[in-house]
Amino acid sequence: MRLLRDLVRTPEGAIGFGILAALVLIALLAPALSPGDPLRIAGRALLPPFIDPAFPLGTDRLGRDVLAGIIHGTRTSLAVGLAAALAAIAIGLCLGLTAGFAGGLIDEGLMRVVDAFQIVPSFLLALAFVSVIGASVPVVVMAIALGAWADPARLTRAQVLSIRERDYVASARVIGMHPAEIAFREILPNALPPVLALSAIIVAAAILTEAALSFLGLGDPNVVTWGSMIAEGRNILRSSPSLSIFPGVALVVTVVGVYLFSEGLTKALAGRRLEP
Amino acid sequence: MLLIVVVLTFLLLESASGDAVDAYLLSIGGGDATVAQSLRQAYGLDQSMLARLWLYFSSLATFDLGWSVAFGRPVLDLILERLPNTLLLMGSATALSFGLGSALGIVAGARPESLRDRVLSTASLILYAIPSFWLGLVLSIVFAVQLRWLPTSGIETIASGKAGFARALDIAKHLVLPVSALALIYMALFLRVMRSGMAEAWTLDFVLFARSKGLSRSRIVLRHVARNALLPLVTMLGLQSAAMLGGSVVIESIFAIPGFGRLAQEAVSGRDAPLLMGIIVVSAVLVICVNLIIDIVYAALDPRVGASEPNT
Repeated sequence: MRLLRDLVRTPEGAIGFGILAALVLIALLAPALSPGDPLRIAGRALLPPFIDPAFPLGTDRLGRDVLAGIIHGTRTSLAVGLAAALAAIAIGLCLGLTAGFAGGLIDEGLMRVVDAFQIVPSFLLALAFVSVIGASVPVVVMAIALGAWADPARLTRAQVLSIRERDYVASARVIGMHPAEIAFREILPNALPPVLALSAIIVAAAILTEAALSFLGLGDPNVVTWGSMIAEGRNILRSSPSLSIFPGVALVVTVVGVYLFSEGLTKALAGRRLEP
Repeated sequence: MLLIVVVLTFLLLESASGDAVDAYLLSIGGGDATVAQSLRQAYGLDQSMLARLWLYFSSLATFDLGWSVAFGRPVLDLILERLPNTLLLMGSATALSFGLGSALGIVAGARPESLRDRVLSTASLILYAIPSFWLGLVLSIVFAVQLRWLPTSGIETIASGKAGFARALDIAKHLVLPVSALALIYMALFLRVMRSGMAEAWTLDFVLFARSKGLSRSRIVLRHVARNALLPLVTMLGLQSAAMLGGSVVIESIFAIPGFGRLAQEAVSGRDAPLLMGIIVVSAVLVICVNLIIDIVYAALDPRVGASEPNT
């Protein structure tokens, strides 16, 4: 809670927090804000924006409400971004902790796997993964997490390596604490802050990757996403560019919100480290 | 390392339900089981997984990446044919983003927290948040559809019969939009890294010393502060090469450039496992090469690196 207060005190953190809070609200209230299936045909096709008050952002080629698509797309983007980042960080934390704590052959082996994941372009990996298993929301989440866990793993390992030499870890060992207890109660909480700061960047990257995947037609066809809306509008880019522009603006606003939030978080964490 | 990449990719693609033969039969409107069986035999798809993994490795040793089912040609030929376009795209985008990004980073970092710095930092933050495929679309709406200054797609005018300099100019014109779409985003990243590196360098002792010596501000900025901030930027370049290769998939598909990334997308839609596999292996090799070059550059830039070798 104190972290949140410090966070909101920085200008970046306040704006980022505001944007994200608004987006989460929109995502949660999507069924109330625009009732019904956003993929249903609601009105005349290709209605330009800012003309009909019933469809403020106009309609697409099939007569679907663009505003409804954007509102419901918020849900998909945030859900996929958060879930993928959470999965990536959980995997990264576990493997980084294991590698850093175990050392020796296990460390060596795990780090080579991390290397392997870092040299393959994560977008190509996600592309291959989704195309092999088939497009659905959980698969997309897994595909993105697969390409994103290597960075937090490396960072966690570096943190663990520096923390395990500290005096309080040595004293914990002396009083006979179980190694697992040392790992989870002494080392993990202290290794966490930098990984936390990295996690916001991972969320932003995950949102962008999801959009790119669904732009290429590899998203879940049964849910509306910003990426698929942009791809849909691309076919008639010459006559009605607004169809591609609005969801893109929504994407940019979301990612800017995440970045600002992360800058605020980094500052708040740095400030807290200086205080005591 | 490459070994792990190959094995993991192989296992991933192996777990696919349905193979290239299924996709091929579907595209020609179905066929009976004996046809499928003979096709599988021809492509070696009926053997066990381990046998095929071994086969793949042994052929990899002779630079044979297998046979593309969707195109009916060797994978290596296809990749080599498409790779130059992508390298051209990536190379120009890297040069542009690195040059512009570090220059603007120096402008922003020369006086941290000044108005100029704030404007540039905010602009780069927003730019970095833009998805490259959307930026590409917006650029092509403005410059190709509305203003008609530049072509929307392709790598050169088809059957124009141009040669030599005229052809180079034609290709350059086609590359302006895709390169900017890719470069602008990475420029923002490089600007941010450069700027924060410089902001940090300002607080260091040797900068204070340079100031107390009475050196001019521009000399301190360029010779002392910027030079130190350049090193993390070079590291970043290596780390981002993989991401850039991934980004080119989307950019190439928007601007219809027959490159490596587009090939990946075609491999996905054609369920062409050998091709996709080859693409991933080649891209890993590419990233390793880039990082090797970066390491060499790094040693040249920073005399501390490699100083542990006995050289006296």
